[in-house]
Amino acid sequence: MIDVKNLTKDFGDLKVLRGVSQHINKGERVVLIGPSGSGKSTFLRCLNLLEIPTSGEITFEGQLITDEKCDINKIRQKMGMVFQHFNLFPNMTILKNITIAPVRTGLMNKEQAEKEARELLKRVGLEDKADSYPAQLSGGQKQRIAIVRALCMKPDVMLFDEPTSALDPEMVGEVLDVMKELAQSGMTMVCVTHEMGFAREVADRVLFMDGGVIVEEGTPAEIFGSPKEKRTQDFLNKVL
Amino acid sequence: MEQFVAWKAMMSAGEPTTIWQQFYVLFYQAFIENDRWRQYLSGVGTTLYVTVLALVLGVVLGLIVAVVRTAHDLQRPGHKNVILGFFNGILKMYVTVIRGTPMMVQLMIMGLVIFASSRNFVMVGALTLGINSGAYTAEIIRGGLMSVDQGQTEAGRSLGMNYADTMRFVVVPQAIKAILPALGNEFIVLLKDTSLISVIGGKELLYAARSVAARNYEPMYPYVGAAIVYLILVMIFTKLLGIFERRLRASDRR
Repeated sequence: MIDVKNLTKDFGDLKVLRGVSQHINKGERVVLIGPSGSGKSTFLRCLNLLEIPTSGEITFEGQLITDEKCDINKIRQKMGMVFQHFNLFPNMTILKNITIAPVRTGLMNKEQAEKEARELLKRVGLEDKADSYPAQLSGGQKQRIAIVRALCMKPDVMLFDEPTSALDPEMVGEVLDVMKELAQSGMTMVCVTHEMGFAREVADRVLFMDGGVIVEEGTPAEIFGSPKEKRTQDFLNKVL
Repeated sequence: MEQFVAWKAMMSAGEPTTIWQQFYVLFYQAFIENDRWRQYLSGVGTTLYVTVLALVLGVVLGLIVAVVRTAHDLQRPGHKNVILGFFNGILKMYVTVIRGTPMMVQLMIMGLVIFASSRNFVMVGALTLGINSGAYTAEIIRGGLMSVDQGQTEAGRSLGMNYADTMRFVVVPQAIKAILPALGNEFIVLLKDTSLISVIGGKELLYAARSVAARNYEPMYPYVGAAIVYLILVMIFTKLLGIFERRLRASDRR
């Protein structure tokens, strides 16, 4: 579904990605782990071109999205993204936050979008918050709304950029529960996280990144049970 | 009326008069005699008219400058658009020149050099004020656009909305909230600066006060009167702005 070839990304003199190649299949749940500054988030953000790769190719559903002529807005409609800091629109109600994109991009009309939004809100247990503003919600609620907002575009893949890192510890669970449910529903997911428990439980494949490359990859059992690389072992010793 | 004539005669003859009588005479001749209040009223009308015209022009110019300059600054290094760079250069020069020269000088140049043949002093004044205000408004708007968290743009774009929609629905509404206090301040400055167009013959409030003062050889009442009118206008404006701001902040409540 997503195919990445020799992806590199420089910020000035800083080489953040030094050649990453990956293939992510439909329905696959991939978790990226690694120390901070290893390029995990940059890799994820390159997938929907929030960061423009310095070199390399990314193909999504058969379309070369790193090509300059590609309509990136169309591609992004098929790739939901959830951010560390939620990035809900504070000037809109929750319902409007969720429906603005499907309505403005012409995916649905207003009634359809609102119906869809309310159904999704019910799924995450926040149907009573439709007319609230983001400032009235807790961090965990905001992040669940952010997930719903991305889902309302009916994406083919969901990208999660450290979705629980900015949350108070007691709110991490509610967000992870939504993500687990999403994983069970068969959604293709690429997730950068520091939640090793979640990675172990949900991932089909874990990628360990360090220094701008994928050092090691494998099933959760392989990565967490018997990591081969020294750097993976060191990292896991520190976080587990 | 008879009282005014009588007391005025007493004053000019040097006869002793009470403070109250002096106040009555001077006030009467400054505002009421020969329906002079009409001059002030039409002056206020012109002041407001010029303010509104200059305001609209200033905001439009400011928005154009701010958007072009922000778009230019956000370009990736090495992929600069030449046309955008050209306009950015011109607009930068505009801001530099306007902010670097006194408003009075700009008015003189516009009124007495560039539009020397025009008799429509009010329009020339409004045009000059608008061009002047645009340079300041541009920086205010630019600051507001940059103050909105980059994550907001990213969230909008990641949902597949295009740049224009993201600006329109996400960034600009949030920027307005941030720039409104500064913009309100700029509007107040503008309202008061309309008094400057009297130097090129624009018949606004100060022009009325000045002509009355010259007619009566008595400056205090017309000028203090004009000052009070400006003060009242600014206070009304401030109040309206406060109401508007409170409504915009509706989404911040918890």
